[in-house]
Formats: sequence, structure tokens, C-alpha cells
Amino acid sequence: MRVGVVTFPGSLDDRDAQRAVRLAGGEPVALWHGDHDLKGVEAIILPGGFSYGDYLRAGAIASFSPIMADVVDAANAGMPVLGICNGFQMLAEARLVPGAHTRNAHQQFIRRDQRLVVENARTDWTNGFTEGQEITIPLKNADGRFIADAETVKRIEGEGQVAFRYVGVNPNGSMDDIAGVTNARGNVVGLMPHPEHAVEEGFGPDTPAAMSSGVDGLTFFTSVLERALAK
Amino acid sequence: MTDQTDRAPHDAEMIDVRPEGHVPDTVANAAATPDREQPYGALGLKSDEYEKIREILGRRPTSGELAMYSVMWSEHCSYKSSKIYLRQFGQKVSPAMKKNLMVGMGENAGVVDVGGGWAVTFKVESHNHPSYIEPFQGAATGVGGIVRDIISMGARPVAVMDQLRFGDIDAADTARVVDGVVGGISFYANCLGLPNIGGETYFDAVYQGNPLVNALAVGVLRHEDLHLANARGVGNKVVLFGARTGGDGIGGASILASDTFSSGGPTKRPAVQVGDPFAEKVLIECCLELFRDELVEGIQDLGAAGISCATSELASNGDGGMFIELDNVLLRDPSLTAEEILMSESQERMMAVVRPEKLDAFLAVVAKWDVETSVLGEVTDTGRLVINWHGEEIVNVEPRTVAVDGPVYERPVAYPSWIDALQADGASSLPRPTGNAVLREQFLELLGSPNLADKSWVTNQYDTYVLGNTALSFPDDGGMIRVDEETGLGFAIATDANGRYCQLDPKQGARLALAEAYRNVAVTGAVPAAVTDCLNFGSPEDPEVMWQFSQAVEGLADGCLELEIPVTGGNVSFYNQTGTSPIHPTPVVGVLGVIDDVAKRIPSGWQDEGDNIYLLGTTALELDGSAWAGVVHDHLGGRPPAVDLAAEARLAQLLHAGGDQSLIAAAHDLSDGGLAQALAEAVLRFGVGARVWLGEVLERDGIDVATALFSESTGRVIVSVPREDDVRFRGLCEGRGYPVARIGVTDAESGTLEVQDVFTVSIDELRSTHRGTLPARFGATIGE
Repeated sequence: MRVGVVTFPGSLDDRDAQRAVRLAGGEPVALWHGDHDLKGVEAIILPGGFSYGDYLRAGAIASFSPIMADVVDAANAGMPVLGICNGFQMLAEARLVPGAHTRNAHQQFIRRDQRLVVENARTDWTNGFTEGQEITIPLKNADGRFIADAETVKRIEGEGQVAFRYVGVNPNGSMDDIAGVTNARGNVVGLMPHPEHAVEEGFGPDTPAAMSSGVDGLTFFTSVLERALAK
Repeated sequence: MTDQTDRAPHDAEMIDVRPEGHVPDTVANAAATPDREQPYGALGLKSDEYEKIREILGRRPTSGELAMYSVMWSEHCSYKSSKIYLRQFGQKVSPAMKKNLMVGMGENAGVVDVGGGWAVTFKVESHNHPSYIEPFQGAATGVGGIVRDIISMGARPVAVMDQLRFGDIDAADTARVVDGVVGGISFYANCLGLPNIGGETYFDAVYQGNPLVNALAVGVLRHEDLHLANARGVGNKVVLFGARTGGDGIGGASILASDTFSSGGPTKRPAVQVGDPFAEKVLIECCLELFRDELVEGIQDLGAAGISCATSELASNGDGGMFIELDNVLLRDPSLTAEEILMSESQERMMAVVRPEKLDAFLAVVAKWDVETSVLGEVTDTGRLVINWHGEEIVNVEPRTVAVDGPVYERPVAYPSWIDALQADGASSLPRPTGNAVLREQFLELLGSPNLADKSWVTNQYDTYVLGNTALSFPDDGGMIRVDEETGLGFAIATDANGRYCQLDPKQGARLALAEAYRNVAVTGAVPAAVTDCLNFGSPEDPEVMWQFSQAVEGLADGCLELEIPVTGGNVSFYNQTGTSPIHPTPVVGVLGVIDDVAKRIPSGWQDEGDNIYLLGTTALELDGSAWAGVVHDHLGGRPPAVDLAAEARLAQLLHAGGDQSLIAAAHDLSDGGLAQALAEAVLRFGVGARVWLGEVLERDGIDVATALFSESTGRVIVSVPREDDVRFRGLCEGRGYPVARIGVTDAESGTLEVQDVFTVSIDELRSTHRGTLPARFGATIGE
């Protein structure tokens, strides 16, 4: 399965996302923000970083990159799209998922191994998990505070569009501890933590078993691959 | 006010309408007006240096030339006070030290062959003074500058670390500086996408008015991708790209302008540069693509002294001639004078040498990354660096006289009048505790003291994950990065300095810093391979400071020769003092090591139940200058611990063999705070407790309990070894003749650190003591 990873000016975790796709058994395909070319991929990842230096608003300028028109069309046609951190911010700016992001409540950049609970295990990117499963995924952001108006929060809570919630510590002041959301169809998922940094033993978060051995993130990528195979 | 935005070509009429203040000082004008007074003193040049410039040129310098010489002959750029000492790093080398050295001192950064066709380039640099004036931008641009050095070698930057020294943690101004510096590093390096994998955070009142902000960067490249910055090939284009040139960092040029030109006085401009990490991130990717597609002959970063430095260094290192049209520099502020453009230290700029036939392809790549570019001129065979401005020649110099053949001083040195008394006042006069209650109390006092306390408040603001190759980072002894994803080949890196030891004995202090950094790399399982240094000292015009400097360099150079690892580059920072009070001499030493497979790395803390804990090395009564003396008794005096570098090398080989054979579950260096601190850190790393007994060590080494716990004898490491590997591990130690004593066993159930017959402390108490110190001053640690 060919999975595209879009590089924007200021993307930082694009090669990490490519590695995660490869480790999951997929074929990563580098996509360039300035092209109108999805190169025949079957799924797309918008990686983390500080596209355009977070100028204006995190993800705001990148959401107007040429390729984003194609990404929006593909997403609306049902292609799986995952937005990680800055990619989540782009998805929100492009209105592919509900909500928005502001500066962390404590005003600082934060990096920590974050526990999450999987709230929706039916999406293209989460079907390998079970509902209520707790996972640990590295988190690192400056503008990670999820916000939405009361009506939207009520709706996404009611309709199962909250995909992940922070457990233990709410690291950035997100409403309802929301760490990630999905669109109604379940093909577009955005989250603030970085699953691509928990895919390889020795380079992931610590677990009770061993240092840096956490690979909970791998399930995001195997989920999309296996669902594609099942089709 | 004059409108200077008009960049139309100069003609005689235009000069007439410009106010006198803006007439460019041309070479012809300089020849015609030999007696014109020039503000060389305000630019930091001494009268004999100014005379030397006149002698070199055979006339007075133009104001542009004066600007160039003044910045390039500054201490910061010319190393004029340190050069005669730094030569030792090139002279005290053995064949073994040259074996893996691809690029040594004198280039933007040293390059080391790490095997498999890979090379690693690394360097540490200071950004001390800007970081005191404006902590956030000063620290941020410090990161930016060192990363550009790495890029210019043709390498991809893969990691950073910072060595930070602040004033007294409880002083009113310290929080401002800490908050700004850490925020600046976090902002810049995170946005650049570089993992921050280690470093130091240290507090001492001697740094109150002069904090030290050193930044280290590491890059990785294939052998064939190595590039040196030089301007070869007559007719090749000289191209400036990246951010536009603005008025930052040109305090000196403003002086020049005010004294020479405008009667109304110029706008005062900030002396500290402002960083844009997004621009630098784009520049990294752009430069790597230019190198990959072989579109550049060489790239030089613009740091201190900006265009003055880049043009004169590129020309000196190449065919020797260059012609530049300064009008082509893209400006952020069109009112800049020629002198200001020459001196500007605007960040995120690079200068490339490009073959004419490749210029279009070069411009296409740069345009792809939305980076602004302008062709400034070309390489010539005239042997002269000629710079025109509005069609007139304002600079015509032999580039080597600017960049290479600056003044060299043999400054007076004087044995410090106070040092004998200081060394005579050893810690043996301090009461060492014998009662268990006091031992426990002092142990916890040390654990919570600012320099031994947990630094998560700082490090939680840094990204360690980005790029996906971080095998070790803080709080482990060294950072480790995977270089080759196929084979697991990687490097480890650690830095150390102990200003207190260096104050007591700078030569010994430098050797101690080297030994500790070397040991910190060795405990990760890597083989130490090369050294970088950042030598932070007071004023070189103070003969006692100069003596400290000479001693430290000698100690470091001799130590490197003994360990047979070369110094590949570094930086000197003088004038770190408040009034006439210099900082403690603080030579930061960084050691880089190589590991065949990062999967074999050794963590610094215990993870498993029932592993045996061994203490490698012996302990003597060495508390002079220790953390114990400083924290418990507010005392600094005596002589620092002895160092046996041959033993350190044997210890490193032992650790490497143990790691390579997977016999060692954890290894942690003993340094500040001694055994007690190392035990606490090994427990806290993963929350696994231990039972420890000291009897064998007390008897063997003939020491008391306080000495066993707090002494800072060198060559010591604690390791944990799974029981099934016990025999093989002991065999390894005996085979190498290294002293070893079993001092305990890990205990995952007890939830305590028990030192038998002395004290027991719960992990909860250890943790709250260790973690509470920084948040109590700077606010809550985020995410806890």
C-alpha cells in the first residue's frame, strides 16, 4: 500500500512518518506541498513540525498549500488521512476535522510520554486498537490546546468523534482532555501526540518492560494498511 | 531625514545631492585623505593594530575596510590572545589520533570517520554575552549559529545540546535569564527539528553577571558529501542566500557611522541578533539539496562579522581573489550603510560559490524552498578582495590579512597571587559526619541542591524524539544517536566542565573535565573518538586569567594526547567577567564516541530486579572542591581529585567490552556528589530501588562512610550486572586489572534505596527531594 507523507516548508517529522509507514509494512511516498500530485497514494499523512514557522496560526498557512486542495478532495472521497500535531492543526484549519488549537495553557513547549485512552476504535487509523485501550505516545507541542464551541464539543462527544483522550495529565489544557478527533466518516483522524515516535523498539517511550521500548504507535499505521487489505 | 531607499547607480550629481554623511568612503578617497581621523578605538582596535592596518594597505583604510578589519581582528574572530596556545591541539598528536580525523581544527567544524562510509561533524560554541543582554534571542541564535557551521560541512544536523551556567539560583535576576535562555533554545531547536540530547545546567554566583550559554551541534554525512568552504575557480559566482540583511548585531558599525558620517547620529540598533528558526530549517533542507545535486563548490555560513567574515574567509581558503558588488545584497532595511552591511550579523544567511553553468539549477533549488538569493560577485585571480558600492571601490584588501593573518598576542601571564592560599585551604579541615542521621540529612541536602537536582524543568521543554534516531538522552550520562538505520551504527556525546575544580587548579580542572566527558561516553558503551571544547574565561588582558587559560589548554592538550583522541575544533570565549571579577575558568569539554550498534547501548539506571551492583575503581579522601564541600559547607579550597587517564582508558575499554557482550544492564558515572548521588540517580532513572553495603569498600580503601558516599575520586562507575552474567563480568574486570567491588543488589520491590547500617530513603522521598528544587524557583515543571 502506498502511503503519502506531505512535506511542507518547516515540516519536521516527515521522514519519521515515512519510517513508520515502512515499519508497518507499507510503501511511503514523499509528497511535496507545492504540487497538485498525490502520486497515486491510497492514504495520506500530514506530518508534525512547524510549517511556516507557525506564523499567523499553527497550520493556517500550510492549509492553503496547493496540495491541500487535492488532500481535501481525496478525504471527502473517503481516502484515509492522518494529521499528526502540526498536521492535526492543518486538518482543523482545512475544516476536515472539528475544533481548533491555541497556545498550550501553560504557555510553554512540552515534551512528554503521554498516556491516552482510545475512545473510537472504528476509524481507518484506529481499528487495530480496542475501545478503552490505554496507550503511550510521545507528545511534543507548543500550540496543542484543543478547543471548540460548546455545541461542537457536545456533538463530537455524542457522535463518537473524539478518537483519543489524555489520561493522567492533560498536558496542554485541551477541552474535555481531547487529544485527537475524527471526522464523521472515520477516514480522517487528527491527534496532537506523535504515533510515528512509538513504532520502533529502542526509540519509543519507556515502558515498564524496558527503556524506549514502546511501540503503541505502530497500530495507527497497521490499522490503515490492514483495512485497505480487507477491502 | 534622507531617503536612502533609492539604489540607483551612483553618479557625480547624485553624490552632490546626498548629505555629506552618506558619501561612501572610497579607496581613492582614502588615498587622497591620509590624515582623516578614524574611530578605530571605538571599534575595539588598538592604536598599534590600526597602524598595522595602514602598513598592510600602504594607506589609511576606508571606513568599510576599517569595519572589516575591526570585526575580523576582534578577539572573537581572530583568536589573537589564544592562538599561540591553541596550536598545541594541532601539535600534540599521535598517528592514532589522525587515523580517523577527516577534518581537523580551523574549518567550520571537525569531521570524524565513524566507519561504514559515514562521518560525524561536531562543534561547541559560546553565545555568552548576547544571552545575558537578551536571554531568549541570545540563546536561540546561539543554536542557529552552530547549526549553520555543521551545514556548511555538507552534513545534516542531527542533534544539539547546550551547556548552561547561570548565577545563584536564588538571586533575583536568575529566573529571568533561565526562563529566557531555556525558552530561546526550546523555541529555536524544536522548530528546527533537532533533538536536544543532553547538556549541562549549573548555578553558581560567579556567573551572575555573565552567564555561559554554550551550544553544541552534531551532523552526519557520507564521506563523499564532505565539503569545505572555499572560493576556488576563477569566474565562479559568489551568491548570498537565506534571510535578508538587516541592522542586527552591528553595534560597532553604528559607532563607526556616528563618528565618521552622520552629524545627526544614527538610529541605535540592537546589538543582539534575532533568530528565525523557520528560515533556518528551510535553509538546512535547501543546502542539503544543493549539496546532493552538486550545485555548489562550497558553502560558508554567515555568523559573527557577517559578510566581512564570509568573503574574506572564502577568498583566503580559495584562489585568493574575489570581487563583490555590495549593492546586490538584499536588504531588510534599505537605510543601511555599506559599513553596516559588511558588519551585519543578521541570522539565517549563507554564502555559496557556484559554477556559472550551474547557476540556473542553483537558483531553481533555492526558489523551490522560497529562499531569497542574490549573486554578489565572483571569484577572481587578483589575490585581492575588492568590494564595490554604488560603482565605487570601497574595499581592496588582501583577504588573508583580514581573515588569517590577524594580530597574534603573547599576553603576559602571572601566577595568581591568591592561588597558593586557596590550595592550602583544603576540605580536610571540614567536619565529616559520622552519625547516620547527619549522613542521611547531608545526602538529601546534596540531592536537592541546585546543581545535583533534577533538570526536567529545563529538558521537558526540549524535543528529544524528532528524527527518530535518539537512543539515549537526558538524564543519561551521554546522548546517543543512530547514524545508520540498517546497521545500527551510532555516536554518543557528552560534555563536562567543573569551574570549581578549575579555579583550584586550571590544568587539573581541564583534565578532569576531559576525563569526565570521556567516562560519560564510555558508560554508554561507546568508544571515545574525538574532542571539541569551548573555553570560557575572563579577560585575557588580566595576566592571572591568561595564566589560567594557558594552564587549562596545556592540561587539555596533554590529556587528549594521553587518551589519544584529537581535538577537532572548538571555540574560545574571553571577557567573561563582571567588573574585574572573572568567572571561574570554565573549559567545557565535549567527547564524541562511536558505537557499532546502538541496540547495545547501556542505560544509566536500573531496570531489573536482583541485578548485582558493582563499584568500579577505588575511592580516596578527595573532597576538595567537591559538591559536598560547596553545598554543605559553602567551601571552595584545596586541590581537585587526581586523574589517571591511563586508568580511564582501561575503564572505557572494560565498559565497551561489557556492553558489547551485553553483560552490563546499567552503568552510571560517579562525579559531582560522589557515590551517594550516583546511587540516587540510578534508582530514580526507572524507579527501581537497591540495597547497598559499603563494608568491603571502606575496608579495602581505608576510608570512612562520608568519604565513601561523597568523595569525588575519578575513574569510578557503578554498574549493574544480571546474576547469570556475574562470572563473566568479574572475569572481564580481573582480566583488565580494574578494581571492582560488589556493593549491592537492585530491589524492585522495596521502593527504597537502603545503604545498610547507614540510612534508608524511600524512592518517593528521593524523587520529591530531587525534583522539587527547580520548580520552587521557576514555576511548575510542565506535565507533572
